[in-house]
Amino acid sequence: MDILNALVALLNFVIIPATAYGAQLALGALGVTLIYGILRFSNFAHGDTMAFGAMATILVTWWLQGMGVSLGPLPTALLALPIGILATGLLVIGTDKLVYKFYRQQKAKPVIFVIASLGVMFVMNGIVRFIIGVDDQRFADGERFIISARSFREMTGLDEGLAFRTSQGLTIVIAVIAVALLFWFLNKTRTGKSMRAFSDNEDLALLSGINPERVVLVTWLIVAALATTAGVLYGLDKSFKPFTYFQLLLPIFAAAIVGGLGNPLGAILGGFLIAYSEITITYAFRKVVGYLGPEDWSPDGLLQLLSTDYKFAVSFGILLIVLLFKPTGIMKGKSV
Amino acid sequence: MKSMEPKHLALFGLVIALYLGTGFLQSWNTMLSIFNMGLISCIMALGVNMQWGYAGLFNVGVMGFVALGGLAGVLVAMDPVEGAWGTDGALRILLALILGAATILGAILVWSKLPKGKLRGLAVTTILVAGFFIFRAVFDGGVAVVEAIDPALTGNIGGLGLPVILAWPVGGLFAAGAAWIIGKTALGLRSDYLAIATLGIAEIIISVMKNEDWLARGVKNVTGVPRPVPYEVDLQQAEWFLSLATRIGADPVTFSSIFVKLSYASLFIVVLLALIWLTEKALNSPWGRMMRAIRDNEVSASAMGKNVKARHLQIFILGSAVCGLAGAMMTTLDGQLVPGTYQPLRFTFLIWVMVIVGGSGNNWGAVLGGFLIYWLWIQVEPLGLMLMQGITAGMSEGNALREHLIDSAAYMRLMTMGLILLLVLRFSPRGLIPER
Repeated sequence: MDILNALVALLNFVIIPATAYGAQLALGALGVTLIYGILRFSNFAHGDTMAFGAMATILVTWWLQGMGVSLGPLPTALLALPIGILATGLLVIGTDKLVYKFYRQQKAKPVIFVIASLGVMFVMNGIVRFIIGVDDQRFADGERFIISARSFREMTGLDEGLAFRTSQGLTIVIAVIAVALLFWFLNKTRTGKSMRAFSDNEDLALLSGINPERVVLVTWLIVAALATTAGVLYGLDKSFKPFTYFQLLLPIFAAAIVGGLGNPLGAILGGFLIAYSEITITYAFRKVVGYLGPEDWSPDGLLQLLSTDYKFAVSFGILLIVLLFKPTGIMKGKSV
Repeated sequence: MKSMEPKHLALFGLVIALYLGTGFLQSWNTMLSIFNMGLISCIMALGVNMQWGYAGLFNVGVMGFVALGGLAGVLVAMDPVEGAWGTDGALRILLALILGAATILGAILVWSKLPKGKLRGLAVTTILVAGFFIFRAVFDGGVAVVEAIDPALTGNIGGLGLPVILAWPVGGLFAAGAAWIIGKTALGLRSDYLAIATLGIAEIIISVMKNEDWLARGVKNVTGVPRPVPYEVDLQQAEWFLSLATRIGADPVTFSSIFVKLSYASLFIVVLLALIWLTEKALNSPWGRMMRAIRDNEVSASAMGKNVKARHLQIFILGSAVCGLAGAMMTTLDGQLVPGTYQPLRFTFLIWVMVIVGGSGNNWGAVLGGFLIYWLWIQVEPLGLMLMQGITAGMSEGNALREHLIDSAAYMRLMTMGLILLLVLRFSPRGLIPER
């Protein structure tokens, strides 16, 4: 029995990565859920919005790196992030003016918005690939680890190393800040309150003199900030590749629906739920169980419930279960 | 065709002109390749049009159903792999799959029979968890045996060795089965949920096909799927073919390739015409009118005693089956199954562009959209390259921007398709040939 080593292995391979991934999913799902709450459609272009934001940030990062600017131990991308958010904000507001506004005035059915978002997805996809290509791009710099596996082993004398990467620490810290800011905005400011009123009851909000176009504009700006942050954090943590951002759509939607579409708290909960399940179910527990068993013994198999290639199947499975038993999500969301 | 307006005939004329132009300006071989895939795209578009145009169901998992059809091509037409079908190989896998299905059925049965409460949840969880471990125990051993058989060449269970044409209806059945599962869970909820559920199942079908090597070799791909038409090499040696080639004065090698493509085309045309006939009959029958009534107003349709959920499930299964059929035809045409080539942009969203551009709710519109958009999809790339070369003509050789622009020309097609979709949706939302 070696509980400490088992715990460290679990932390290192499951809990830390899942927390960082969960924070990224939660930021993505918050964007989806906000659009759903205010504009009342599922935005299929969200993954590509994240890709665009990350791309804009990467380009600025490269420029800054070329100029010799750096943040020391922190990645330069953090300096570039505000500019990335600005660029993405301009893009989504432009998209709204060119595409969605027309259908809003027509009072089109939600599914028409969804189809329009497919078109937007194609175009954004094209823009991103056109500018930066389809390959993996690495843009992380600065200190790689907060704690590296070796220094942890030296520090504690345990066999098992624990690596805590800067990108993971940053993801968690920034996600907490972003979520705190968002909830402060939604609950305390006048604009935020008018957004919630608009989401709860559109007609009543219009009657009380809320300007719908302003609400929509602010929503898109917040969504751009959330999507870019999520995209950059994901890119720092893993790497930037346009196609993986498209594939993130599924876990992000799953998170938003599981939590209850239109419910921001639910989106955060859903993000972590999906991330923890995905990683726990696809992690090979051989090492952890090996530490827990008697000495000189380790289990024969990998003790992996599903191969990592099936991580999408996990988010999908959770989605199906929620749709079957609680279609409005864990925390009550909208259902039309 | 009887009620088609002259304007719509002119649109078909334009598409024919595009294909003929390709034949004259590029080559007849290229034109026929585009035409054959165009025929398959039309069938996919007909399937999506049934779901969206007739019933207003939003399916973004077309790729998954197409891929399942493609899998049928391999499982029906390839020869069985020797040694794989022993009791510790394929039969063991089969047993595991039956056990897995039994577990799920058992769980559903218990859920519906037991009264609500803690006991029910506990019983269902126990059945599922125990079933999963039993399944893995039986399954893993069988997989190990099958995948060890000559992995460089086979390493899978092979197929039934039947004629490949039989795979087409089987592909439809596979897709219908998957559609039934999705439809049962997601239909009747909000429309976005169906979209996300279908998007998910498509990704999962592809990841299963990529990772389960015992099934169809995964990313190692299956090549050499038998053909329903003769091989070029055999034709080039056949007496009657050579004399035919000399009579029309064609080069036997080029002509053999064209002959094969024409044979495929004629098979596909038969299927397409049969489907158009069937879908037109269905659309103009009481059943078709009921579907459109449900689409336009679910509440009043159900007040008239129509079972909205059952009808939605029915059309969802039918439309997906048509996509599966097209998938099996595509594997037949390619002669191989390459799971890595199934991309959602190509096999789901492009089909959607075809339906929306052609005219949702109109079968002829779907056919027109299928031919037109597939042609564009292929031709935008060389056109984009030409455009980029034109723009960059003034720049010096080796200029970084010039090279970047020329390399990126390939992504023009995504942007073009997106723009076409947005423009049609905005300015001509009913498509080129609107619903009557």
